[in-house]
Order: sequence, then structure tokens, then C-alpha cells
Amino acid sequence: MHPAFSILFFTTLAGAAQGLLVALALAQISGVSMDSRFVLQAITLGLVLLLAGLASSFLHLGHKMRAWRAVLMWRTSWMSREVIVLPAYIGLTALWWLALYTGADDALTQALAWAIVFGAIVLWYCTAMIYACLRFIQEWAHWSTVANFLLIGLASGSVLACALAASSGQAALLSTLAPWATVATLLAAIVRWFSLRRNSSLRPASTLQSATGIQAKRLVQKSMGMSAGAFNTREFFHGASQLALRNVRWAFVLGLFVLPLGLALCALSSTSTWPWAWAALIQAPALIAERWVFFAQAKHPQNLYYQVVG
Amino acid sequence: MIQWLKDLLQSPLTEGQGGAAQDTSPPVRVRARQGETLAKQLALVIDLNVCVGCQACVTSCKQWNTSGSAGPLSDLNAYGANPSGTFFNRVQTYEAGEFPGTETIHFPKSCLHCEDPPCVPVCPTGASYKRAEDGIVLVDYDKCIGCKYCAWACPYGARELDEERQVMTKCTLCVDRVYDPLLPEADRQPACVQACPTNARLFGDIKDPESVVSKAIRERGGYQLMPEWETQAANHYLPRRITAASTPPAAKE
Repeated sequence: MHPAFSILFFTTLAGAAQGLLVALALAQISGVSMDSRFVLQAITLGLVLLLAGLASSFLHLGHKMRAWRAVLMWRTSWMSREVIVLPAYIGLTALWWLALYTGADDALTQALAWAIVFGAIVLWYCTAMIYACLRFIQEWAHWSTVANFLLIGLASGSVLACALAASSGQAALLSTLAPWATVATLLAAIVRWFSLRRNSSLRPASTLQSATGIQAKRLVQKSMGMSAGAFNTREFFHGASQLALRNVRWAFVLGLFVLPLGLALCALSSTSTWPWAWAALIQAPALIAERWVFFAQAKHPQNLYYQVVG
Repeated sequence: MIQWLKDLLQSPLTEGQGGAAQDTSPPVRVRARQGETLAKQLALVIDLNVCVGCQACVTSCKQWNTSGSAGPLSDLNAYGANPSGTFFNRVQTYEAGEFPGTETIHFPKSCLHCEDPPCVPVCPTGASYKRAEDGIVLVDYDKCIGCKYCAWACPYGARELDEERQVMTKCTLCVDRVYDPLLPEADRQPACVQACPTNARLFGDIKDPESVVSKAIRERGGYQLMPEWETQAANHYLPRRITAASTPPAAKE
């Protein structure tokens, strides 16, 4: 598939924002002492990231003024469900911010923190199911798609939370979040590694024979029926070389998991706070690279029909 | 009332339930439900024995649909170095078998109007729908937001985004032709079917066992494309039959 940057930005920004909010909510639920000013600022950052993601998803649409219509088919479409859940989650986050800002009573802020955790899981599920429900894109139609969206969001968001806590001297919060961020990154690495291995051993269920119904052992396309380009020759091909794809894959494994884990261990074994900032900075481009590979690796069966110009 | 509010109130969710209070006749349902078995399913049956790859169906389809209710099907940079166009129908060419016994097979390809179309339920706006009355899969261009998700959800690559209008387009089975009472009866067929000089394209209702398409599927082993995805494509293809006359001399020895 052709990786569209609007979707890469949307899924990574929203995923990290959800991970950040979940980390803060869990810290609040478990009663870690936090500076209220810091929490409000961190939630604001989460809100900004979510809104930036929403804006980015708008850029993907051909008709932006009709976007409201996308809420209508929630009974059958995961995209429709996501379009409903995302603004609802932004509203929930704003409500949580407001409750903390006005100093609402404990029961309300605790309930909102639980809702933030639960809402993030629902939103991750909706986002991932958009891809995982397409049964003939075999790389996507698997539970690991949902697990990856959830774990990578959690990992990137909690590393970001650690970087924020470290840079503003929230020692109590950092000591709680640091092991959490390390474990989340490790889990995300394991599941992503598994899905990369699964992808490389997949055998396409569709062949040129099943696509055309011509039962000959040797069957080759001689012409795709046009010499010029078309939507079908652009939307479903990433256009990069196999070498580039391999390099980006290694780059994201390194930048998303290996280096941040090394920096996390460095931070856990010392009192220095700079490794968390570095981990978050390195993860940002690696997140985009990971999503790029997620799209580029997906082989759409329609590509069987568009192999040779002629 | 404002149009968008009207649309929201009369969304597909409420369709078939609302409006019945004043109206005693049963409401006409335009959209087929997911997984519904329809009484009528219009489709094409394509005979791979006689398609000569002349592209007449491609050009006649483009001509009819760019000037009809589905159009215009825009071409970008049409006279430049890298043109790009929107088409509902393509004719591809394949080579099967080992030399010298190779066959050249021309293979027309358009929307298959699946009985269980994977592109329809994923549409977030309801712009994509399957007609309850005859099973044609259509896009309402006024509701399409151009998110391209339906194209991802079609294993056949049958949908093409019109880059200029930024809406998804696809074969309409010439729905604006086949029911037009102003056309002579013989002309109420899809443009591609009419244009085919070798009669490689048959058109009819595959749910009617006596129709020309049902007979062709039954008697000549008509098959569906990519049966592994269980889309139950309505369009069928008739396989090549090897006859004594069509066997090359080298292969006979």
C-alpha cells in the first residue's frame, strides 16, 4: 500500500497522545503525588497532539466539508466508529483537564482517569480495526495489528511522559513511570518483532491464477490495459525499492525499541534525567518510520492485476 | 430545513422505518442490507474465448460514463508526458502456458458487483451502497468524502478515485442506460456490451435461471474471480475451451 503521510501522522500522534494520557491517568489512579501544574500541562500536550492528529486525518479526505457524514455508518464501518470515538475522547480529555483545573472532588477525577484509560483502549481498537478488518490484506488481518497499535501507542506515550516528568523534576512520578515505560517498550518490541517475522513468512492467498481464473502453471501479464498511470497504479504501491524498505525497517526497530530501551536502562541505573528526553526525541521519527513500514509491507491483491505496462 | 440536517435525519439508519406514519404503502428500500439475498442481481458474463482485446468496451464505457450521470471521468495531464485517467473498465492481456503452446488471453476487468461486496460496509458515510432492487453497487458522489477506504477494501482494484472531483468512482453497470425508457429496448444494455464486436460480454440477471447469463454460467462453467475471499462476485467469466482448431500445430505433434 502507498503510505499516506496524513495517516502516518494521525495514527502516530494520536497513539502517542493516548499513551501519554493513559500513563498520567494510571499514575493518578495509583495515587502518585504529582504537581498539579505539571499534570495540567502534560494533559494539554496530549490534547494538542490529539487535535493535530485529527487535523492530519482531515487532510486525507478529498471532501473535507462532508467529513461530518462519516459518523453515519457506525453499525458496519470501523472508520465511522473511529470518527465518533476520537472527538469523544478529545472531549473526555478536555473534561478531565477541567476537573483537575477547577479542583473537582476526588471521585469525579478518579472516574475521569478510569474513563481516559478505557477510552484510549477503545480508540486504539477502532483505529487498528480499520486495517485489521480488511481480510484480504493478510499482513493486517491479524490480532497483532491491534496489539501493535495499542502497545506502540502505550510505549511512545509513556516514554514521552517520562521525558516530561524528567525535564520538570517530577521525581515521584518518574520513579513510577520509568519501569512502566520500559516494560511497555519491551512488550511493543516483542509483538512488533513477531509481526515482522509473520509478515516475512506469509504466503499470499491470491495468485494470478485465482485472480484471473486461468488455470495454467505459467501465467504472466503482458499488459495491464493502459500505458499511463491510474489510481490503481499509485494508491496500492509504495514505490520504494526493497532495499529502502529493509533499511527503514531496521531504522525503526533501532529508533523505536533498541535505542530507547538502552537509554531507559541507562536512566534506571543512574539519576540522570537526560536519557528520557533523548529516548522521546529518537522515537518521534522512528514512529513515522514504523507506520510507513506497516503500510508499505501490506500487499494488496489488486496489485496482481497491475504488474506490467505492456 | 437545511439540507445537511435533512440528510442526517433521513440517514440510512432511519431509512425504512421513518415516514411510514403518513404513508400507508411500504417504504421503498434503496439499499440492500449486509448479507441480504436479493431476488435480482444484474451482472456481466465475459467470454474469454472470443475477447480479442480490441478495447472497444473500454472506450465506449469511458465515452458513455464521462458524458452521463456518472461523469465527468476526468483525465489529468491528458496530453502531457504522464497522463492519468479514470476508467471503469480495463482490458488486460495475459500469456498462459509454455512456448510453443502459449495462449494469449485478453481479460476485461471491471467492478464485479459482488453479492457480498466488501467495499460497502466499510464506507463511513453510506455513499457506497448496493441496490436492493437489482444488486448494482453504486457510489453516491454527493455523499462521498474521498477517504479511499472502499478502494482498499476491494480485492479486485475495481474502484478508481477521480482525482479532479476527489470522489470514488466505479462501474455503474450503466444504470442510467439499462432502465432508460427513452432508449429503444435493444439499446438498454451497458455501453460495453453494446460495443463488443465479438459478443464477448453478456448482460442479464444471474438470479433468473432462464436468463442468457445464467444459462452461459451453467452450461459453460462460468467462474468467479478470487473465490478465496468469498465476495460472491456477480460477474462471471467463461473459461477458454481448447478445441482441435485452436490447438497450435506444434502442440499436436
